[in-house]
Amino acid sequence: MSDAPRRKRPPEASAPLTKAKVLVAFARTQVPSASHLLRGIEFPLRPPTVPGSIEPLPPQKRTGADYDTEWARRPTARAARRALFEGLIRPTISAVADPEVRGLDRVGHIDGPVIFAANHHSHLDTAVLLSALPARFRNKVFIAAAADYFFTNRLAGGASALALNAIPIERTKVTRRSADLAADLIADGWNMAIFPEGGRSPDGWGQAFRGGAAYLALRCDVPVIPVHLWGTDRLLPKGAKQLKRGSTVVTFGAALRPADGDDSRRFAARLEREVAALADEATSDWWSARQRAHADETPSLSGPDASAWRRTWALGERDPHQRDRRQGAAKIWP
Amino acid sequence: MPRPGFVLDVDKSTPPILFHHGENFRLEKLPAGRSRVIYPAEPHPGIDDVDGAIRHALLNPLGECEPLPALLHRGMKLTICFDDVSLPLPQMRRPDIRQRIIEAVLDLAAQAGVDDVHIIAALALHRRMTEHELRHVVGDRVYDAFAPNGLLYNHDAEDLDNLLLLGTTDRGEEVEINKRAAESDLVVYVNINLVSMDGGHKSTATGLASYRSIRHHHNVATMQKSKSFMDRHKSELHSSNWRMGEVIRKADVKIFQIESTLNNDTFGTEGPLSVLQKREWEWNLRDRASFMAMKAGLDRMPTSATRKLFHSWRAPFGVTSVHAGQVDAVHEATLAQVYSEQLVKVEGQTDILTMGLPYICPYNVNSVMNPILVMCLGLGYFFNMYRGQPLVREGGVLILSHPTPWDFNPVHHPSYIDFFEQVLSETTDPLEIEQRFEKDFAEDEWYRHLYRTSYAYHGVHPFYMWYWGAHALQHLGRVIIVGGDPAAVRRLGFRPASSLNDAFELAADVVGPSPTITHFHNPPLVMADVS
Repeated sequence: MSDAPRRKRPPEASAPLTKAKVLVAFARTQVPSASHLLRGIEFPLRPPTVPGSIEPLPPQKRTGADYDTEWARRPTARAARRALFEGLIRPTISAVADPEVRGLDRVGHIDGPVIFAANHHSHLDTAVLLSALPARFRNKVFIAAAADYFFTNRLAGGASALALNAIPIERTKVTRRSADLAADLIADGWNMAIFPEGGRSPDGWGQAFRGGAAYLALRCDVPVIPVHLWGTDRLLPKGAKQLKRGSTVVTFGAALRPADGDDSRRFAARLEREVAALADEATSDWWSARQRAHADETPSLSGPDASAWRRTWALGERDPHQRDRRQGAAKIWP
Repeated sequence: MPRPGFVLDVDKSTPPILFHHGENFRLEKLPAGRSRVIYPAEPHPGIDDVDGAIRHALLNPLGECEPLPALLHRGMKLTICFDDVSLPLPQMRRPDIRQRIIEAVLDLAAQAGVDDVHIIAALALHRRMTEHELRHVVGDRVYDAFAPNGLLYNHDAEDLDNLLLLGTTDRGEEVEINKRAAESDLVVYVNINLVSMDGGHKSTATGLASYRSIRHHHNVATMQKSKSFMDRHKSELHSSNWRMGEVIRKADVKIFQIESTLNNDTFGTEGPLSVLQKREWEWNLRDRASFMAMKAGLDRMPTSATRKLFHSWRAPFGVTSVHAGQVDAVHEATLAQVYSEQLVKVEGQTDILTMGLPYICPYNVNSVMNPILVMCLGLGYFFNMYRGQPLVREGGVLILSHPTPWDFNPVHHPSYIDFFEQVLSETTDPLEIEQRFEKDFAEDEWYRHLYRTSYAYHGVHPFYMWYWGAHALQHLGRVIIVGGDPAAVRRLGFRPASSLNDAFELAADVVGPSPTITHFHNPPLVMADVS
């Protein structure tokens, strides 16, 4: 016998085992655990393993341009999108961006499908454009979104597809998949909204239009409606972390169809000129803009070819509300 | 294919017939065996490519006229005039056809390098149009481009500095029109021909004229000789305007006329008002339910609310034609189109003509249909919706259905109030009214001031409204108004009746106990071609 004092057992350990605890302990030894059960599932219920001598196929990419958005066009998703738009996106845009819509009468007689091609300044552009679209277009429109930005992972892709009915468009390389999907949807009666500049403006001025919208218009034989968005760059410019409140103007132009002999490049250039004319109209007045358009003097979307500060300064002169101000009022630094 | 208008012979199985009654409606059973109803045609289909039709019209003018682009050149003075708020009725849904045409014209002008452009609402002696109304007609783009610079404005028939006397007709009628238009290298007139009375030389000779000029055809003698206004070749009113048009032409005022026609789609095919466009026996369960619900609501709403509700209605009119070029050639093509849409052949006249008057006439857009306008709409406009001979025989009875409130809009119709109180309380004879009272009202400085600076009709305007009905007053044996304010109806010189049957009883004194009855089921617009 040792003389060492005997260690006291903790009270619970010293408590006598109850009958229930004994039963639970017994059951644990008899019932297999969930992980044990999973481990027990075998092929074909489980995926096959790959023999060591075989080089496995690369995993199927399910993000970026390969993200499948078909589910987002089913009735349930469409209903959810509509509820999301009316319940959240529209009120938010209305409160934050207060869009003034001009030129809707120019599209009043068109039923679709059509391609809406707008200039691009901000992440707000899509929501502002959607909130300005008449319901007959908005309820059946998909957005051409950058695959390398909005579909980088499945969560972002799912959110873009659900909220905006976005489809991934490859902008860094030419792929048939994006164009085929867009063409199929247009053939199926969907309208498309696209920002032909391919990305947001870095400094508030526009960038050259790429040929995607023009190519699809030619391929699907549908009209393109040029749209000019003004003001979103002041609320949420590229790189900004914080959203500001303010007003925006959405100007719709008349539908454009490719002329005889137009190819994607020429039609895209025409489209860019039309959006530039709308920008001129939005920031001056319709008559002056038409006069300049016919004289081939419409200011370019890409702004003056000058130093950065002068380009920024010139931006301040393009304000659709400047006619409301008294003439001779001091110029405000943009 | 729309069904044409027709004449229904009422029998025992004919359902009650819809009568417009101001901002409300009545369903009335007409006596079987001796009544008939004239129904309008269904709306003709509108043009799908309206902008294409406009462009085609501008490039392929009618008559001896060059295409519009050939008439436009740098350094010229261009004036675009357009019909005012009195057309169309009700106002059409945006975009208004005038906006589309004006934009197309301006686009060509911009292409040609034209800088000097004025745009004028040709409103003659009507009230000035508000900014909201101008925006609705010409669109925001045109308004914002021209109005802030003072280049889009209402014609002022009392601005002596801006009127020009061009000459007189061979009958001594003075032709005085807007100076800017008269001195322009080209006047483009943009019109809507809702009915056959509109358009032609009347557009410029009346729309841009002064009181000095208009008085030559807006008088009792001319109106009584116009049988009817809707038949231009039998209208002395139009003959006078055509003579003036000739003076304008000889004064080297070059006019490029653009006329458009609208279909009959006044109340649309959807919504509660669509039932008004259907024939009663074709009302389905939904139509009946919506009519009953609408009527129950209207019966319980205050008049101001129902008035606001109806005046906010924008008709879904379709554009059925656009013609441009030389005035006469354009107008003949336009008339042919209007007649093809609105004329209904009717055999013989009737003893009693019944009509339900709606809430609107050309002179109470966004306003009150006062008793004088009730008279003008019933006896001036609807009575004259005929070609050949009047629907009702000479000495017959006209029964109108309208609440005829003793109510005036003091901003729009100040001289109407005085006319009703001071003139009609003394006499309702158009000739006597013209001789004794017209000059004082026409030259009253206060009315002139309100016309020029507020939104008032010219001081002489209520007289003209009365003259519009002069031909009917001369022709008819009695006028009865059902459901009207008895005091107001009596002031007009008419007989009030509380129900249609009471009106028939009152009419029996004039036309005997078993008269023939014709109901004019209008609007949507219909015109009787009476043989």
